[in-house]
Amino acid sequence: MKRSELAFWWLLVLPLVLLSLWGLYEDATLFLKTTLNGLTLAALYFIVASGFTLVFGLMRNVNLAHGSLFLIGAYIGWIAGEYTGSWLLAVLAGFISAAIIGVLIQIIVFRRMQGEDLRQTLVTIGLSIVLADLMLWYFGGEIYTFDPPAWIYGTTSLPIIEKFPTYRLIVLCISIVIGLGLWTVLTRTRIGMMIRAGVDDRGMLSASGVNVQRIFALTFALGAGLAGLAGVVGGTALSISPGEDTRYLLASLVVVIVGGMGSVPGAAIGALLIGLAEQFGQAYAPTYSVVFTFVIMIIALAFRPRGVLGKAI
Amino acid sequence: MQLSKRTLTRTVISAAILAATTGFAFAEGTLKVGLLSILEGPFAVPGQDGIRGAELALKQKGGTAGGMKIQLISGSSDGNPDKAVAATRKLVEQDKVQVMIGPLSGDEGIAVKNYAKTQAGITFINGSSGAQAATLNDPSTNFFRFNTEGAQWMVGLGDHALSKGYKKMFLIAEDYGFPYSQVQGFMASYCAKGGKVLDKAWVPLGTKDYASVIAKIPKDVDALLVVLGGSDAVNFLTQYEQAGGTKPMVGGSITVDQTVLNYKGKRRESLVGTASAGPMADSLDTAEWKKFVADYKANFKDGFPSPSLFAYLYYINTKAALDGLDAVKGDLSGGQKKYREALQKTKFVGPAGEVVIDANRNGVGPTYITEVTKAADGSLFNKVVKTVPNITQTLGLPEAEFKKMGLGTRDIPDCRK
Amino acid sequence: MSAAQWRRAMNTQLPRAQVSVVTQAPDRSATSFPGYIPTQDLSNQNKSWLSRAWSNIRIRHCLVLLGLFIYPLIASPFFTYQIAAQSMALGLIALSLTFLGGYGGMVSLSQMTVAGVSGYLIAIFGTSSMTAISLGWPWWLAVIFSILISIVFATLVGWLSIRTEGIHTIMITLAIGVAFFYLTQQNYVLFNGFQGFSKIGSPTVGDVDFKDPNAFYFLSVGCALLSYWSVKYLVRAPFGMALQGIRDNPRRMNSLGFNITAHRLAAHAFAGLLASVGGILLIWYNNRISPGSINTGALINILVIAVLGGMKHPIGAFIGAITFVLLQNFAIDLVDRQRFNLVIGSVFLLIVFFSPDGLLGLWQKLRVRWASSGRDERIQGSRRA
Repeated sequence: MKRSELAFWWLLVLPLVLLSLWGLYEDATLFLKTTLNGLTLAALYFIVASGFTLVFGLMRNVNLAHGSLFLIGAYIGWIAGEYTGSWLLAVLAGFISAAIIGVLIQIIVFRRMQGEDLRQTLVTIGLSIVLADLMLWYFGGEIYTFDPPAWIYGTTSLPIIEKFPTYRLIVLCISIVIGLGLWTVLTRTRIGMMIRAGVDDRGMLSASGVNVQRIFALTFALGAGLAGLAGVVGGTALSISPGEDTRYLLASLVVVIVGGMGSVPGAAIGALLIGLAEQFGQAYAPTYSVVFTFVIMIIALAFRPRGVLGKAI
Repeated sequence: MQLSKRTLTRTVISAAILAATTGFAFAEGTLKVGLLSILEGPFAVPGQDGIRGAELALKQKGGTAGGMKIQLISGSSDGNPDKAVAATRKLVEQDKVQVMIGPLSGDEGIAVKNYAKTQAGITFINGSSGAQAATLNDPSTNFFRFNTEGAQWMVGLGDHALSKGYKKMFLIAEDYGFPYSQVQGFMASYCAKGGKVLDKAWVPLGTKDYASVIAKIPKDVDALLVVLGGSDAVNFLTQYEQAGGTKPMVGGSITVDQTVLNYKGKRRESLVGTASAGPMADSLDTAEWKKFVADYKANFKDGFPSPSLFAYLYYINTKAALDGLDAVKGDLSGGQKKYREALQKTKFVGPAGEVVIDANRNGVGPTYITEVTKAADGSLFNKVVKTVPNITQTLGLPEAEFKKMGLGTRDIPDCRK
Repeated sequence: MSAAQWRRAMNTQLPRAQVSVVTQAPDRSATSFPGYIPTQDLSNQNKSWLSRAWSNIRIRHCLVLLGLFIYPLIASPFFTYQIAAQSMALGLIALSLTFLGGYGGMVSLSQMTVAGVSGYLIAIFGTSSMTAISLGWPWWLAVIFSILISIVFATLVGWLSIRTEGIHTIMITLAIGVAFFYLTQQNYVLFNGFQGFSKIGSPTVGDVDFKDPNAFYFLSVGCALLSYWSVKYLVRAPFGMALQGIRDNPRRMNSLGFNITAHRLAAHAFAGLLASVGGILLIWYNNRISPGSINTGALINILVIAVLGGMKHPIGAFIGAITFVLLQNFAIDLVDRQRFNLVIGSVFLLIVFFSPDGLLGLWQKLRVRWASSGRDERIQGSRRA
C-alpha cells in the first residue's frame, strides 16, 4: 500500500476508534446495543443484497425489480405460513416463489436485452411499478406480520446488554450461513466455477460445452430466491407493507455499490458499513441518520468507483 | 405526394388531440362534489376508509342534497402536499366541482387551505386533516373543518396519564406536523400539572428499525408516549416487545386505531391496556354511534370490523356539507355566500357527539380517552374510559397563554425538568 | 434516420462521407446504446448561419409554432396551466437528462434534484410563507442567484459522477438525489422539513402578472423553445461534437487532445442550467415546494419522461412530458381510480419493452414503414430507425 493510501486509511479509522472509545465510556450499554443492532441489521441487508450482487455481478443484469421480488416472496410466504402454520414453510415458500418469478423475468426480459444496461434498468423499473401496484391491489395496504415459533421470537439475556431480541441474533446466524454457503458454492463447487467463468468470458464457457443459458437461469433463480427468503426473514423482523420494495431495493443498491458489484465478500462489507452507520446514526444523531447512509455511498463511489472490493467490469 | 400525405396525417392527428382536449360536458341537475383522499402509498388503507365514510353520508341522504343529485368525483394523493394540491386543482379547475371535500393528512390540509385562498368561489371542507395550522395560522374564509384537530384530540390524556401514575414519560414520534400538534395537545395539560417528558425521539417518517430508539429509552421513565401511525406503530410495538420492554404505553390518536389493531399477524397481546385519546372510540355507547357502526357494516362488507377514525371524520364533514346544501336548498349563487353562512351555523348530533364550528371555522367537540381492550371474540377495540367535552383550539388553556406557547413544533412545548 | 435524410446524405457533394453508415460490426459502446444519435447531416456547412437556418425550416416547424401561439385561445385555463405549462417545465428538466444521457452518455437521475435545489433557493431567497427563513429578495435577484448556485451544485454532482459509467452513474446520481431529499425532509433550519415552503408566487413584471395562466403559459413555452434551440445548436457546435465523440470513445478523444473531464463537467453545468430553469418554472407553477417534490418517485419520473419520448432527439423530452402529464391527470378518469399507477407503469413498460427509443422511436418506425410501403423499395430494410 502506498504511503498516501495508508495515511488516508489512518485518517478514516483513527477518528472512528476515538469515537468508539468515547461512546463506550459514555454509556457502554447503549454503545454495545447499537453495535449489535447494527450487526444484525447488516445481516438482513446482506441477505437481500447478496441476491442482487449475484445477479448483477455475474450476469451484468441490472434487476431493479429486486425489491419487488423481496415483497412478493414475503407475501406468498405469509400466505403459506397462514395456511400451514409453520414459519419454516413460509421461508421455503418465499424462496421458491421468488425464484420461479425470477426465472420468468430472466427468460422474458433479460435474455432479450443482454448487454443493454439502460434498457434493462428501465424495463425493470417499469416492472417494479406494475408489480407494486398489483400487490397493493391484491394484498391491500395493511401491515402483515409473521408468526414464528415462540423460541425464536423472545428475548435473550446477554452480558452488559441485558435483554436483546432473540430473533435478530437468529437473523445474524442465518446470514452467516447464507454468506458461507454462497462463498462455498461459488469457489469450491463445479457449478460455482462455471458461473465465475461465465462472468469472465461467456464465449469461452459456451465454447467449452456448457449450457450457458441454463447456468444463468439457475443463478438468477438463486439470486431471486435469496430476495424472497430475505422477504420472509426481514418481514418477520420488520413487518411487510407496500413501499418495502423500494426501501430494500435502495438498501441493496447502496450495499452493493459500496461493497462492489459481483463480490459476495464485498456485499458483506458493504452491508456492515451501511448497517452500522444506520444504527449509530439513529442512536447518536437521529435527525440526519438517513442522510449518512447515502453520504457514505457517495463518498465510496467518489473515491472507489468500483466499490471497496469490486472488480473492473 | 408523400410530403402532403405526411402533413395531412399529422394535421389530422393534431386536430384529434386538440378536439380531445376541449373537455366533456356533464348532465344538468347534478352537483359535482370533489372528494380527495390518499389512495396511494402507506396511508392508502385509511384513505380508502375515509372514502367509505363520505359515501355513507351521501347514501344516508339518498344520493341527493339541496334538491340536486350529488356526484362524488374522487381525487387521489399519496400524502405529499404537492400531489394533494395538484389533485385538488384538477378537481376544481378541470372537473369543475363546486364543493371540495378533503384532504386526509395534516400537511396536505395546510397546502389545500393555501390553494383555497386562490379559489374564492369554491367551498373547501376538510376531510380528516388534523394540523392546527390549517385554521389557526392565516385561516381561509372558504375552508371549513367540522372535526377537531390533532392537538384537540389529545386534551385530557395528559391528566389521565398522571392519574395512572405516569409522572415521567419518554416520547417517540414521527417527525412531521401532525405529531407536533398531538404532542402539544398532550403536553399542554400534562406539563402544567407536573408531568415531565424526559426526552423526545423524533424519528423520520417511515422508519422501520426502532432498535436504536428503544435502546435509548431511559430506565427511569414510567411510561412511553408513542405518537406513530400505521406501519410505524406496528413495527415499534412488535420490536419493543421483542426487546423485552415492559413499560406501559400511551398512544396518539392513530397509534392504536382500527387500522393498527387490525394488522395481519398474531402479535397483538402487548397492545392491551394502551391508553389513547381521539375524537371517537369504537365502543361508544350512544344510539347515534351504534347506528353509524351498523350502517357502516351493512354498506361495506369489505370494510373494517368497526369504522376507523378516518371514516368517521370524512363522514361528519361530508354530512355537514350536504346538510348545508339542504339548508340553502342548493343555492350556491353569489359566491356561495348563503351556503357558507349555513355551514357556519351547522349544529347536529354526529355519531360521536355534537358537531359545531368556531369563528375560525374549526370544529369544537369532545375527546374520548380510551384503553385497548380485548372483546369476547378475541378482536381488539378501544374502550372509552372518560369523555372530555367542548374542547376548542386553545386546548383548555386561556387564550393569552396559548398564544404565548405558539403552535407545536419539535421543541415546543418542552418540560424536561 | 429517415429515408429523406438518407437520400439527401447520399446525394451530397462533400469529399468525405459525413453520414455514419454502419458497414462494420457495431461497436458495443456506441450504437447499442439506446440513446445513440447518428451524426447529423452537414451538407449545408458552407452557407451562412442565417441562410442555413432559413433553409432548414419546414412547414411542420411553422405549424407547431402557430399551434403553440393559438393554444391558449382554444384550450381551457386548466389545460393551459396544469397540462401545457407543467409539461413545458417538466420537459425542460427531462431535456437536461436527454442532453446528458443521449448526447453525453451519462444518464443522471439527479436532474430533478438540481431543479429542486433551484426551487428551494427561490423559496429561501425570495418570499414565502416561512418568513423566518425567506430572505425576501426581489424576484430577479433570487432567480439569478438560484440559477448560479444550482449550476455550481450540478457541476459538483458531475464531478462526483464522471469517474463512473453506465449503471454506476445512475446509482450514484440516485444516491445523491435521495440524500438531498432526506436532507430537506429532516432539516428545519434551512429547508423547513416535511412541510416545505408555500405561497411562493410568480412575479409581476411591469404589467404582466405571471400568475395568470396564459402569461405563465407563454413564459414556460418561451423558456422551452429557447432551451430546445440552444440544445440543438449546441450539439452541432464543436463542443457538442466533441461531447458525442467522448460518449462514443473517450480514449480516442483523449489521445486527440480533448480534455475529457472538462467537457463532461461543462455538459453537467449546461444541463444544470436547463434543469434549474425548469425547477424555477415548477416552483412558480406549484406555488410551493416540499421534500415530496424531489423524492425517489419524482427522480424516476423524469427518467420515465425522457425515455417515454425518446432520448434520440431533444423534442422527445417534451413529447414525453406531455404524455406523462396527460396520463397523470386523466388516467384516474379512465380506469378504476385506485389503479392508475398500474396504467402509468404498464404504458411505460410497454413502450420501453417494444420501443427502446420511446415514442419517437415508434414514430420513426412508422415513418419508415409508410415510406417503404410507397415507392422507395430500395431504401426499405437498409437501415432501421
